[in-house]
Amino acid sequence: MKPILECYGLSKTYGNGQWALSNLNLSLERGQIVGLLGPNGSGKTTLIKLINDLLTPTEGSIQIDGNLPGIETKKIVSYLPERTYLTPSWKVRDLIFYFEDFYEDFRRDRAQQMLEALGIGLHARLRTLSKGTREKVQLVMVMSRDASLYILDEPIGGVDPAARDYILNTILTNYNENATILLSTHLISDIENILDRVIFLQNGQIVLNATVDEVRVEQKKSVDMLFREVFRC
Amino acid sequence: MTWNLDNNMPIYLQLMERIQRDIISGRFGPGDKLPSVRELAVEAAVNPNTMQKALSELERGGLVYSQRTSGRFITEDEELIKELKKEQAEKYLVEFMENMRSLGLKEEEIRALFEDAWKGEKRA
Repeated sequence: MKPILECYGLSKTYGNGQWALSNLNLSLERGQIVGLLGPNGSGKTTLIKLINDLLTPTEGSIQIDGNLPGIETKKIVSYLPERTYLTPSWKVRDLIFYFEDFYEDFRRDRAQQMLEALGIGLHARLRTLSKGTREKVQLVMVMSRDASLYILDEPIGGVDPAARDYILNTILTNYNENATILLSTHLISDIENILDRVIFLQNGQIVLNATVDEVRVEQKKSVDMLFREVFRC
Repeated sequence: MTWNLDNNMPIYLQLMERIQRDIISGRFGPGDKLPSVRELAVEAAVNPNTMQKALSELERGGLVYSQRTSGRFITEDEELIKELKKEQAEKYLVEFMENMRSLGLKEEEIRALFEDAWKGEKRA
């Protein structure tokens, strides 16, 4: 099977004379959890937005399951943006209907099960939920799809450590074996053990693409420690 | 509960050691069925592929075996488990002796301390 994601010579500039991404080549196989790591401004969110067709490349191209980003790829990519886009006046139930309308691969029973386990009522208005709970609701929606590629931009950024464990657990329990998860974060030590592979981005370029255990064997240190070394300020 | 893993060693090796210890200690008995890869991965909070690799390696060593349709099982070879237990105990003993010697203690002193501790534990 061909890789789920391929980027060829991908470059992006916002027209300010700087390259957010510069000649990036990347190929992701199916059935992996991949950490996209890099300091602020290294190009993580630019790459994620390009994959989701929210930006267009200045140069180069992206293929997802062989297609350019667009309607076909949105059917198989489940995306958790960094910021919430949910309408605060909606109830949790409205959100379920909304996702069901939009995505053929949305599994309502799975969403309801997870929400129930979290003790989140279907009639609660999003506005009345805490920030952490809203983030959990959003992740539940995204993980309730049977997607081929999940893209999670900072999924554990704003929540406490217990909620973080819950979120990682949700990710581990809900993705299917042939799906790939690409997740960006700077909380590496929390997430290192669940990753197959890490990609380090720096100034819009890939400086490392290796499995977690390769890093440990070759460098004799954890990914977190290596990150602190590579990106020492 | 998440397993306690340290930072510098490859994760799959640590998973192997942990499962091996669970077999030696009897948490998993000879012939018992192991939980699925996914279940073990969630329990340990690690990547399922890494857990898979740990189990395949244990399989190569003969400690677990898989049956195509029904899952993975602990070996029924109790001799093998006993042997592993002995190996592990010897490893701990070597460590113990190294630590004691690093304190500057002589053999007789170590023996005396050990016997005191032994008596203390029996009384408790």
